Amino acid sequence: MSEPVLKIEGVSKRFGSALANDDISLALFKGEIVALLGENGAGKTTLMSILFGHYVPDAGRILVDGIELPHGKPRAAIRAGVGMVHQHFSLAPNLTVLENVMAGTERLWSMRSRTGAARKKLLAIAERFGLKVDPDARLGDLSVGEQQRVEILKALYNDARILILDEPTAVLTQIEAGRLFATVKEMAAQGLSLIFISHKLDEVMAAADRIVVLRGGKVVAERLAFETNKAELAELIVGCRVTRPMREGGAPGEIALEAREVTVKVGGVERLKQINFRLRAGEILAVIGVSGNGQAALGQLFSGTLAHASGELLLFGEPMGSPNVAEIIAAGLGRIPEDRSRDGAIGEMAIWENAVLERLSSYSKRGLVDRKAGIAFAQKIIEAFDVRGGAPTSRARLLSGGNMQKLVLGRNLYERPRILIAAQPARGLDEGAVAAVHGRILQARRQGTAVLLISEDLDEVIALADRVQAIVGGRLSAPIDAVDANARLLGLMMAGEWNSERRPGHAV
Amino acid sequence: MRFERREDRPLYLMILMPLLAVVAALAIAGILIAIAGASAFEAYWRILVGAFGSRLSSTETLTRATPLILTGLAAAVAFRARLWNIGAEGQFYFGAIAVAAFGSKMLADLPAPALIPLLLIIGAVAGMALIVIPLWLRLRFSVDEVVTSLILNFVAVLFVSMLIDGVLKDPNAFGWPQSQAVVDHAMLPKLIARTRLHIGFPIAIALAAIISFIHSRTVFGMQSRAAGLSPSGAVFAGVQLGPTLVKVACLSGGLAGLAGAIEVLGVKGYVTTDLSPGFGYDGIVVAMLANLNPLGVVLAAIFTAMMFVGADGMSRSLGIPSYIANVTVALSLLTMLVALFFTQYRLRR
Repeated sequence: MSEPVLKIEGVSKRFGSALANDDISLALFKGEIVALLGENGAGKTTLMSILFGHYVPDAGRILVDGIELPHGKPRAAIRAGVGMVHQHFSLAPNLTVLENVMAGTERLWSMRSRTGAARKKLLAIAERFGLKVDPDARLGDLSVGEQQRVEILKALYNDARILILDEPTAVLTQIEAGRLFATVKEMAAQGLSLIFISHKLDEVMAAADRIVVLRGGKVVAERLAFETNKAELAELIVGCRVTRPMREGGAPGEIALEAREVTVKVGGVERLKQINFRLRAGEILAVIGVSGNGQAALGQLFSGTLAHASGELLLFGEPMGSPNVAEIIAAGLGRIPEDRSRDGAIGEMAIWENAVLERLSSYSKRGLVDRKAGIAFAQKIIEAFDVRGGAPTSRARLLSGGNMQKLVLGRNLYERPRILIAAQPARGLDEGAVAAVHGRILQARRQGTAVLLISEDLDEVIALADRVQAIVGGRLSAPIDAVDANARLLGLMMAGEWNSERRPGHAV
Repeated sequence: MRFERREDRPLYLMILMPLLAVVAALAIAGILIAIAGASAFEAYWRILVGAFGSRLSSTETLTRATPLILTGLAAAVAFRARLWNIGAEGQFYFGAIAVAAFGSKMLADLPAPALIPLLLIIGAVAGMALIVIPLWLRLRFSVDEVVTSLILNFVAVLFVSMLIDGVLKDPNAFGWPQSQAVVDHAMLPKLIARTRLHIGFPIAIALAAIISFIHSRTVFGMQSRAAGLSPSGAVFAGVQLGPTLVKVACLSGGLAGLAGAIEVLGVKGYVTTDLSPGFGYDGIVVAMLANLNPLGVVLAAIFTAMMFVGADGMSRSLGIPSYIANVTVALSLLTMLVALFFTQYRLRR
């Protein structure tokens, strides 16, 4: 075989205590499509950011056509022919397509803009790869799929021969995704080399020549597309790391929370599609899925910040309509939001204010806040939940992520809620804090709280859950018992390899 | 060298920084004074003397500070909830013209103890009425209220101008565009005899104290602060953004309207289009200088009034344009913004 156009040799990158990339080596040949497959946090995006010069690696080197790229210089990467299509487009919505493509290619002080030549080149590239586009359309008027096309064109305009697509289908409809993969294959046929990052098994199998699986920052497997299958890939992605801790068998009680055919729309788009689940007192039901599949809507629905369009929610058998936040809290639901720093706490407010803000009616009399009682409550949380780094009157921003999460947990669990909705409760926390948070959730379960755990972390789900349902594209699978769960089955469930006719247990 | 976010903001910094900002603004304006051919120290001394050198000048400064306290509070209340009400100037004029309309004939028969409070309320309500427009546009269509409330100022002033040249015109004003005067017993009692200082000043200070209390002690204060600091966090905690903003806007517009009402009832007695030398806009500076603290607004308003009142005398004796007051106040806004940055960040080598 000929020399690879791109060679990554022994790249390592550490963020604090986390090893994001661990001695990764990878080769890409001319005309080849390589898929980089892995869970969130497996290190895919970090690796590509190093390749493109956004991050400086701690070790390793990157060779394009046998010539080493200097680290941390996106411009050098572009000059060497590496183009990147970001998941979140780096385009200006108020400029035209042509202006967006040209941006950054001209000298800042150049007196005139070579629009004519640029237009010609752009149209030639569009023609060559079948990427139809109107150069004079305002970018903001284009659909997401078209905007992505512009992003690709921009890379090609910079004479990219190696194209990196970061989760290119995350924002696309199915039809747009199909079109994108046709384009990808066309580009490869014309001699470009492509790496695309994904965690969707279907598209990886459909589009890639070779598949590299990352897990925990390491390359765990490399397969040619024709010699593997989805089940094997799912198992490789997930691995099997955690043995389920021994726990006293819970004695699930009555049904605390039930959803019947619930559909939720956000801005006209169905984020949850006729979901069903039953959550019993004293059990932990985990909803697992790759992020962006409706978890946010699910969390918000039970936080009282999003109403459902159809279907029925039942609280201990009673229909509950579309409750607002105050009603949710009054009903005894505790809530841990997915985005702790954005929703869970207000950094510029005091810890005690954060503790009582969502239950001000209990901490105020005739419109006046009972500051003393609030501070006392915060003090109790700080002691009972081991929140370190701040007094009740210091600002919440002083707390580390783990301690902030303990505060959020504490204000919910101190009053022993009947139901706890925990969205990504351990996301971004260090190991000690993860253990503390998990311990609290298990303790709440022992005390009879019904816990709905929304998570994309398999370890967490395997460690905590009694039953598991997968969420894919806004739909929920039927539940399986956690004792039956293995990495392969969960991987398949997360990949959407189940349907409503067959129970997922039989789908494998 | 780089900026690093401060872990905490010590109290001394919060007090020191505004003072440093003012000193820096005075120093920069001092350069301009020197260019104009006078000693900066002498100029500032004359400003101080002009503003506080005599009983008359002191009361004049406090009279001038009164509407600034109220418009400053109007801005502070709104900005704390991240409602950018730039329309205090228009709301001020609405409050003023409403008082002139109701206080000249319509309600003139009421006795003073009933008439004065009623007129003050009418002024506040008129201010609220004007802020409803940008508020509704913001809540309904997410239109930026900075633009709408600002532009409404011009609409409001022209509207007032139309009224005082039309239906509300004073026939005895020798043809000047001037509203009919409110009846004598509607005028606010003087605080000190034979000066212009009226009870509007203690009213403004009392309102500053009340708003300080609202901010720090009430559910509404806490919720509006949460809404301003983190809308998503506030929503998650169950704060209803719409109703909270409506309350904040009414408070803000009401204060600005009240400022106009008090200026008419306390000083002028009638409305002209130069009733306000920019009280609404200066209120924004005052609020920023006070770091949105209601009690700080009182001090910032007195400082600003001192600059404006003292500058006239300084200008006469030193031959320096009194515009230096405007320049200094504007500069102090800029230096305050820099100072605020340093309360949040520190410089690290």
